[in-house]
Amino acid sequence: MPKVKVPRKSTNVDMTAMCDVSFLLLTFFMLTSNFVAKEPIVVAVPSSISEIKIEERNILTVLIDKEGKVFIGMDAQQDRIEVLDNVGKAYDISFTEKELKEFGKIGMSGVPIGKMNAYLALKPEQRDTKEAAIGIPTDSLSQEFETWIKTARQVNREFRLAIKADSQTPYKVIKDVMATLVKIKENRYNLITSLEQVPTK
Amino acid sequence: MAEMQEKEGKKGKKPKQKKHATRVDLTPMVDLGFLLITFFMLTTSMLKPQTMEISVPSKDKVEEEDQNKVKASQAMTILLGKENKLYYFFGTQENGIDPTVVETDYSSEGIRTVLMTKNYDVMKQVEQLKKDKAAKKVSEADYKKRLSDYRSSKNAPVIMIKASDDSNYKNLVDILDEMQICNIGRYAIVDITPEDLALMEKNTTAAK
Repeated sequence: MPKVKVPRKSTNVDMTAMCDVSFLLLTFFMLTSNFVAKEPIVVAVPSSISEIKIEERNILTVLIDKEGKVFIGMDAQQDRIEVLDNVGKAYDISFTEKELKEFGKIGMSGVPIGKMNAYLALKPEQRDTKEAAIGIPTDSLSQEFETWIKTARQVNREFRLAIKADSQTPYKVIKDVMATLVKIKENRYNLITSLEQVPTK
Repeated sequence: MAEMQEKEGKKGKKPKQKKHATRVDLTPMVDLGFLLITFFMLTTSMLKPQTMEISVPSKDKVEEEDQNKVKASQAMTILLGKENKLYYFFGTQENGIDPTVVETDYSSEGIRTVLMTKNYDVMKQVEQLKKDKAAKKVSEADYKKRLSDYRSSKNAPVIMIKASDDSNYKNLVDILDEMQICNIGRYAIVDITPEDLALMEKNTTAAK
């Protein structure tokens, strides 16, 4: 009996189609993505039933951690540079081109303006340590926080304020921040929360 | 890879110039593509964070007169205390008579029940409205308008939220949430007064 020949098929698959798909997806992700902003501190936001989504652009985030340290974040690099330059001017502190550029790379920061030069000289991995990230002073004496917000508002009128605070933050800190915001006539702002199921009854 | 090499020509013929295949192996390219996709997927934030919008009255318009307008029967004060406790009382603190202060918590059996009972009329109206909306009797725009009308109607209760320094941010968000759940349109975050603190203090010790 003659042997039945099993025709050998090539194991080679045409990869062109797969390549097309993968690059299509890649393009999609690149275009739709906005990077997760690196936060100097870990914040666990409280949950709420509110379903309003925050816009993606023009957000001025005020980050408050458990100990009451305050950080400020802006999404656009250009805004950050301009704001720092102006805040520096308000306190008679000048920044070099390099320092401004360096600040533009930091998504969220919180240092007393007097220590900003030293902070920017640090290596990126050293910036998030406890010693470096000490927060912006919110006391009414130096009014630094107030200056930051005011300047940011001057630089970009479209800014929406968003407060992102840890759920264990003492109310006192929140009260101070809110009082400052009221003082400079920032009466509308958002509180960032995570989603919780709406109770049916 | 096999395609990269052309098959040998038949023997005895002139050695032809080898034709290179135009087919390139795309596997590494696919690998690279997926690697990049993975990177972008992991670094992007697809989820937009949820927010809660609040607007506070500016300091210029002193709320003094506004506060006085609130009828005692509609007024309710919620005091946020330490250790996730909260206290509430109806009416206003006047003439040196202390109102009865009740201690409760943030659970659905706690403050929510109280608020729902207090806001019963509005709750009922809103529920009816929601039903109508589900049955497509009211339009989206109309729904929103009527909802805000109901919530801020003249007879709706007015809640004053006074958070003490011992409470935390979660407490504040929770209580604002309860306002949403219980359809309360008229509420305000007010600074706590020493009298309120005293009331809270007194009640805590009494409860022990």
